[in-house]
Amino acid sequence: MASLTEIRWHGRGGQGAKTAALLLADVAFQTGKHVQGFPEYGPERMGAPITAYDRISDQEIRVHSNIYEPDYVAVVDDTLLHCVDVTGGLKESGGILINTDKTKEELLPLLHGYQGKVYTINARKVCMETMGSYFPNTPMLAAMVKISGVMEPEIFLKEMEASLAHKFAKKPEVLAGNMAALEAALREVRE
Amino acid sequence: MAIRTRMSGNEATAEAIRQINPDVMPAFPITPSTEIPQMVSTMVANGQIDTEFVPVESEHSSMSAAIGASAAGARTLTATSSAGLALMWEVVYVAASSRQPIVMAVVNRGLTGPLNINAEHSDSMGARDSGWIQIYGENNQEAYDNMLQAFRIAEDPKVHLPVMICQDGFITSHAVENISLLEDGPVKEFVGSYEPEHYLLNGEEPMAVGPYAVSAYCMEAKKAQAEAMIRSKEVILQVAREFEEISGRGYGLFEEYQMEDAEYAVVAIGSVCGTTKDAIDRLREQGVKAGLVKVRVFRPFPGEELAEALKGCKAVAIMDRCESYSAQGGPLGAELMAAMYRAKATAETVNIVYGLSGRDVRVEDMMQVYEDLKGLAEGRKTFEQYPYLGLRE
Repeated sequence: MASLTEIRWHGRGGQGAKTAALLLADVAFQTGKHVQGFPEYGPERMGAPITAYDRISDQEIRVHSNIYEPDYVAVVDDTLLHCVDVTGGLKESGGILINTDKTKEELLPLLHGYQGKVYTINARKVCMETMGSYFPNTPMLAAMVKISGVMEPEIFLKEMEASLAHKFAKKPEVLAGNMAALEAALREVRE
Repeated sequence: MAIRTRMSGNEATAEAIRQINPDVMPAFPITPSTEIPQMVSTMVANGQIDTEFVPVESEHSSMSAAIGASAAGARTLTATSSAGLALMWEVVYVAASSRQPIVMAVVNRGLTGPLNINAEHSDSMGARDSGWIQIYGENNQEAYDNMLQAFRIAEDPKVHLPVMICQDGFITSHAVENISLLEDGPVKEFVGSYEPEHYLLNGEEPMAVGPYAVSAYCMEAKKAQAEAMIRSKEVILQVAREFEEISGRGYGLFEEYQMEDAEYAVVAIGSVCGTTKDAIDRLREQGVKAGLVKVRVFRPFPGEELAEALKGCKAVAIMDRCESYSAQGGPLGAELMAAMYRAKATAETVNIVYGLSGRDVRVEDMMQVYEDLKGLAEGRKTFEQYPYLGLRE
């Protein structure tokens, strides 16, 4: 893995793309990395396109700008492919991860000729089978860890379990579903 | 033992406030500083601190309540941004002229309009003549460190002035980054307890705060206030030296990065300085002698010291994240150029306005600034004063 990995998240307001970016920074920090996780704020409305970013590095991170040439892109909602240039600046050595119930072949025409790797995951299916409700950021987070290699999946699961146990201290019943969603996403993401 | 963790600039500020445990915090929420009173009021509700949190109905009231609490003898703190600071305006001056050592976390956001919520320095720069000390941070670490030093400066008997601790809205306030925190014990010992010399609740010494002053006394009061601002420089440096002893992190009135042999220098405030450091490292690999002066303390303005730091440079770009509508540049540009004139500086200068309303600044943008400075020094490039960085055609 390169010493600096830059990730851009595209989602719609309310889907948790910002939370996913901050969680990824959080969990990467636990593995000893320097991290930066931040949202790009505009007029916030449910459903409006939003962007969030992660930098994960072995060195101190000083830059404070958005990410224009990401290594990886996550698209939390495939309807964004019609209205946002999600592959803009995306490195061909990296890849794009899309939450969709469509096949990769159906989506390719919407990716402006992007030549890098294209990964898909049906986050809705994973969510409904494991948690019974739709929080796409949970499986997307796990799938991003898998495709980007920013950390070992086993370490990721261990850190997430500790982090979620803390976060849901008052609702321990949701922990198992969240962990199952993360594990399923690690298996289900397809190139 | 330092505590290595990760948090946003707002979380770092709230954590510093928890460790300080001020007596009173009146506040009214406004983006992007809202999380600070939100988190502090949660700490109060959870019994982590015994601060009297006063949820007021406006920022004019939060600053008025802060002045009242401070005058009564309480260590007092508030937080705001943008329009909130603007609504405080009248009483911001009263806090300083009645010499109340209040601390205010300012999460910088532009003033309207067009209506926007993102980073800009127009809010605190607008208050630059209000008599408050102003300290700016580059990242979450500096927001935390500066907050821990604030009361020591404000409450020093040689100073007795309010202090703004500023950071860039969203860019640092909402970015989760690595940070090194101090343990509670050393912080409490460093900050110490507040023993006001004069205060309203002292029955032994009846006094008035903020009465009318006739012309025969007003000018002397203002001069005394101005002298305190001048004296605060040495106190800021002394507090920074003591802070370095417990943290290992040194601070001055400004930070110099690669300035020993710099021919081309950028002078800037806040989060853009980290981006500029990355630009400098890339340019140094190409043999360009680029350097940065990051202004930490804007009030008192270290004009003489800055001019001295820049004296070896061929060309200097002074960056303002603020439009003054003065028709000749921004506040940092105006003040630094005046200081350089008095110091008989020979460097070419350009005052650049950048980053308004959160307009993003990339490493490449800053590399272009240095390229332009080189052109300016070599006579290849001229600037119409004052240019905007990254303006769309």
